Amino acid sequence: MAMAEKASPNSPILKNAVKAFLIGGLICAFGQFLFFIYEKWGIDEETVRSLVPTTIIAITAVLTGLGWFDDIAKHAGAGTLVPITGFANAVVSPAVEYQTEGRILGTGAKMFTIAGPVIVYGCGTATLYGVIYYICSMFLGA
Amino acid sequence: MAQRQGRFVLKLPNKPKILATAAVVGPKEAEGPHGPDFDNCHSDDYVGQETWEKAESVIHKEAIERAINKAGLSPLDIDMVFAGDLLDQEIASTLGIRELNIPFVGLFGACSTMALGLALAGLMADTHAANYAVASTSSHFCSAEKQFRYPLAYGAQRSTTAQRTVTGAGAAVVAANGPKRAPYIDAVFLGRIRDLGIKDAANMGAAMAPAAATTIIDFMHDTGTTADDYDLILTGDLGKVGSTLVRELMLTRENMDISKVHNDCGMMIFDLEKQDVHAGGSGCGCSAAILCSYIYKELEKGNLKSVLFVGTGALMSPTLTQQGETIPSIAHAVLIRSGC
Repeated sequence: MAMAEKASPNSPILKNAVKAFLIGGLICAFGQFLFFIYEKWGIDEETVRSLVPTTIIAITAVLTGLGWFDDIAKHAGAGTLVPITGFANAVVSPAVEYQTEGRILGTGAKMFTIAGPVIVYGCGTATLYGVIYYICSMFLGA
Repeated sequence: MAQRQGRFVLKLPNKPKILATAAVVGPKEAEGPHGPDFDNCHSDDYVGQETWEKAESVIHKEAIERAINKAGLSPLDIDMVFAGDLLDQEIASTLGIRELNIPFVGLFGACSTMALGLALAGLMADTHAANYAVASTSSHFCSAEKQFRYPLAYGAQRSTTAQRTVTGAGAAVVAANGPKRAPYIDAVFLGRIRDLGIKDAANMGAAMAPAAATTIIDFMHDTGTTADDYDLILTGDLGKVGSTLVRELMLTRENMDISKVHNDCGMMIFDLEKQDVHAGGSGCGCSAAILCSYIYKELEKGNLKSVLFVGTGALMSPTLTQQGETIPSIAHAVLIRSGC
């Protein structure tokens, strides 16, 4: 085992981190840019808050469908995984891949094979947080 | 009739001939250093099909048909075909072979399948149970990614130890009798499963290296040979990490330096620096394509006289990996000699 670890090169962590920071930052800056544009068009802030992520999700879906997203993600790593782009790609890529098994058992059933756990545990922890918040607010009377 | 030599080696005294081989690959393999050696290189990963699985079955069938043609035979002449691939239920083989009307034996040896098939075809031809037997395998980058890893369009980063599944197929026609000059199978070795506790499915080279080393050591013990007795010890496909490990294991266990005669199909099929393939190639089609093109040609010409082909396979299952199991590995060997 020790021999195997020695022979297996590590990932270039520093290089990966720098690329993730730059590309991830660029995506966030682009989100902010969209925010300004939408506000400038006179859309109210609450709508803009939903419009910005939806736009980025749509762009990711198109890039995934074209097969370009993975070329970017190969370099970006966490830079594209952490923002909402990672989640959108995780849903769209199996949907595209499993088209060949049909709309129901292919695309429909396999769409959440990667994103499924995020949804399950995301909703689970949100519920738990809600219960804790409810109990605390009862006692604190907030 | 095959004779047991030592504990594990099976000597084939009738010297079954490898009459012809063929290798068919995809676009990325065509760009590799051995691109010109392959019989056909497809520019489209889909090979005109609608699904990756069908694409793989098409190249599998094409490799078999080309090899049979080159041997001057027709599928009707073939007594049995030993074939396998990486997909569940061996679908690339069964889909590819179903129209050929040849008695079919499906094999699973992961990336060692070419060596396993060749060993069995050699045994059958040696006993004259088959006048002509075919050994063939295939793999496809896209169908393998879909089955074992993530969808192609998913933005995952590959680890530096990961190997790229080769899109390719190889087939060899083995005959009980044939021209004197044809390369022949001198001995075969069926490997035992080794498992030294590697769990990382992205580091299969490290998982397979102990199996390869055990097979090479046992083969040499049984035959009373050393590294100097071979022109080439060809492992397939340990990649960069596994190749380093097998050389180190041979040094520490046997005090034997095999580096001068050792090469690995996973390192040969791609240009590791230029083609962004991390630790090299893998998949049944990797060793099959290299053996059935460049290596066979060199044996035919007599540039290589004796090749110990050690097919290595990580018998990995996504289910077992998820259950926290380690990766069992195997290595089968075939000693091929030039007829020149």
